[in-house]
Amino acid sequence: MLTILFDGVAYGMLLFVLAIGLSVTLGLMNFINLAHGAFAMAGGYVTVLLMRHYGVPFLLCVPIAFVVTAAMGAVLERILYRAMYDKPALDQVLFSIGLAFIAVTIVDYSIGSSEQIIQLPQWLRGRTELVFGDHVLAMGHYRLLIIAVCIALTFVLQYILTRTRFGSRLRAAVDDQRVADGLGINVNVIFLSTFAVGSGLAGVGGALGSEVLGLDPTFPFKFMIYFLIVVAIGGTSSLSGPLLASLILGIADVTGKYYMPKLGSFIVYAVMIVILLWRPEGLFVKRGAR
Amino acid sequence: MTTITVQDVLHRRARLRPWEPLLWLAPFLVVAAFPGTSFLINQMAIMAVFAISLDLVLGYTGIMSLGHAAFFGMGAFAAGLFAKFVMPEPIVGLLFAMGVGGLTAFLCSFTILRGSELTVVMVTLGVSLILLEIGNYMTWLTGGADGLQGIMMGPVLGVFPFTFDGVTAAYYSLAILLVFLFICRRIVGSPFGNSLRAIRDNRLRAAAIGIDTHRRIVMGYTLAGAVAAAAGAVQTHSMSFVSLEAFSFEKSADVLLMVVIGGTGWLYGGVMGAVVFSGLHHVLSDLTPQYWTFWVGLFLVILMRVGRDRLIRPWTWFKTGGSHD
Amino acid sequence: MTDELYVLSASGLSRRFGGLIAIDNVSLNLKKGARHALIGPNGAGKTTFVNLLTGVLRPSSGTILLNGDDITRLPVHKRSRRGLVRTFQINQLFESLTPLETLAIVISERAGLGTKLWRPLGADPSIARRCHELLEQLRLLDVMDRPTKQLPYGKRRQLEIAIALACDPKVLLLDEPVAGVPAGERSELLSIIASLPEDISILLIEHDMDLVFSFATGMTVLVNGSLLMEADPATVSNDPRVKEVYLGHGVPAAASTPIEVRYA
Repeated sequence: MLTILFDGVAYGMLLFVLAIGLSVTLGLMNFINLAHGAFAMAGGYVTVLLMRHYGVPFLLCVPIAFVVTAAMGAVLERILYRAMYDKPALDQVLFSIGLAFIAVTIVDYSIGSSEQIIQLPQWLRGRTELVFGDHVLAMGHYRLLIIAVCIALTFVLQYILTRTRFGSRLRAAVDDQRVADGLGINVNVIFLSTFAVGSGLAGVGGALGSEVLGLDPTFPFKFMIYFLIVVAIGGTSSLSGPLLASLILGIADVTGKYYMPKLGSFIVYAVMIVILLWRPEGLFVKRGAR
Repeated sequence: MTTITVQDVLHRRARLRPWEPLLWLAPFLVVAAFPGTSFLINQMAIMAVFAISLDLVLGYTGIMSLGHAAFFGMGAFAAGLFAKFVMPEPIVGLLFAMGVGGLTAFLCSFTILRGSELTVVMVTLGVSLILLEIGNYMTWLTGGADGLQGIMMGPVLGVFPFTFDGVTAAYYSLAILLVFLFICRRIVGSPFGNSLRAIRDNRLRAAAIGIDTHRRIVMGYTLAGAVAAAAGAVQTHSMSFVSLEAFSFEKSADVLLMVVIGGTGWLYGGVMGAVVFSGLHHVLSDLTPQYWTFWVGLFLVILMRVGRDRLIRPWTWFKTGGSHD
Repeated sequence: MTDELYVLSASGLSRRFGGLIAIDNVSLNLKKGARHALIGPNGAGKTTFVNLLTGVLRPSSGTILLNGDDITRLPVHKRSRRGLVRTFQINQLFESLTPLETLAIVISERAGLGTKLWRPLGADPSIARRCHELLEQLRLLDVMDRPTKQLPYGKRRQLEIAIALACDPKVLLLDEPVAGVPAGERSELLSIIASLPEDISILLIEHDMDLVFSFATGMTVLVNGSLLMEADPATVSNDPRVKEVYLGHGVPAAASTPIEVRYA
């Protein structure tokens, strides 16, 4: 039971890193980016390719994945996304679905549709067991790494948001874009860098978590709903919201799949619908927000 | 300007254009002349009904549903199970399927009343995925990945048997399309249908003029669900087969695309979109079988980037000013 | 039992947003056929108050009675159906619909046809007649078949009011009806308002006191969410506190100057 909880936490943290970029993008540019999963997929495939063809160690692949996907994000933001910010939501949704389709078919065509297995380095394949009376907590090292990296990233994000000038500009722009613009904050630069970092984080999630999540061309659509759930429940105006939402989701999913494997993600979807019915604006909307 | 003119203007929207009966007759003639096109025309007709149903939700009520296949799937399976275990006559099965679809939509409608656009997108997507999961789980009912086998369709109205060349199926689906086109035109031209447009344009003001917005949305959504289920049922009847693909995200995305291509808020838009989309799919599938989605994706990106309005759409020439058919 | 004299009676309405008190214990009573004004500087809470009256916002405390019935918990559309109708300070229109369609929809709703699925909109000749009446009254006949989003601002404002009139109001709340309308077109709108039937009770919300001077028989002044005073226009305009609130706004003209002359 404890192990399941542990696995759920790892899954949840992973989801958080994957989804936080989407959350900030939605809060900042008001853009529903359904292609977000494609960046995660890219991170995963970069890792696979580097490890398989160039023998790059796993741990090094993760930051490389960040850089590559962040760069992709930056380029796409500048040449494609930027023009879409003021378009109606339907256009944005269809646009991003189109991008995701393109990404999926490119991967399918160039690499193939089978699932990619990563050979984890030796030191990640073990596990440590802690015994608490009748309960055993089996902590896989791989999952420990995931949790550790994600926690570290969370702290870094929190630091950037609250302690740096960029962070305060970002928060200003999220709160009210026009006012931020009027204050001389270069909104374009903020958008670009935020989108790039968000995509990069998705890439990290994809790289780090490909063994847990499964990597194949259907990835973006398989997980899109999870990311959307995190954002819809966790909201777009904080870090803690999506974090909590991801943890809830991760634990619910792992627990559900363990006890009722046939039902698959049913639990998750049901939880989502119940929560959205109860609080249509998400669980973590700022009090007094517009 | 006299009162009579005012009434004329109001009626103009609901009046039949001279070219419409010709348009309705055309596909029947095509099938009669070229029986080889039956399957394609059948497919187009089915998706056209499905598109009309989504247009009611999206174009007329302004609700962005990414999971409309939920009702298509419910209708498809209801029809399949009904034909297999109750009665093989299609029309009765169709009505049953519509009831099932309408009920499903009615229950789901309460989930889409509130919340932001994102919430609605999510909830609609989530519902269709849930149904897909449930269908996957209940393989004894749905046949799982293999689909529901052993459906033997009886003759339509007891008179017209389904033939192997698909001609009966084509006529059947075309007839159903015409019936729903006619019915839905009446509905969108009615005070009810127009109140949906008001809700779409400005929900706050709609409430302020006395419209019970929640109740109307529930009504509209239920209706649309029934029509979507009809499309699903016709597909099952035409193919004597149904699988979980009827609930898939691809289905929801495809029909959304059709409505967008053809133009929302205009019933013929959905029909045109379905024809174009199905036609293109047919042509391109022969050329590059696996990479149809690539072309769809590319098309979407370009279309949305360039702007839906700026792309030349000949069928929009038939739209008059701000009024829609 | 004095409640029966009032068509609209709001008592002790308050509304808080977190720590901010937007409306603080405001009461307002309208008699039948009233011509009352609610004035106050920008940001005083006038529109918030109207939102409370119409049900767009729930009050934190207080009650609202319409013809003696408690409507405090009633949703927006039900209040509207009972005759409590408002216009919006910022136009709230149906952008893709034409003025004719808009009014036909409103009138059909009023006639209870809103859920009819089969007969076309406006099939009933009486509906077409009423549309024509309103379009004519509000000078919208020439644009009746154009989508609202194409209309110039003045026409849109006229449509805004036409919609409210189409609702067959008993109590009409006009939220800054001439906001943004160029001076030359104002008198038209104001004279339409002035010529509304006597049995309609009107609450005119304005920040410009001069506009309502000849129109209103009573004024309520709202400042920072609280009731400053309520009296006839002359008393209000001479009150030193009111003058202070309108610092820089200028002293309102003498009571005898009719609006028509001023804005001719």
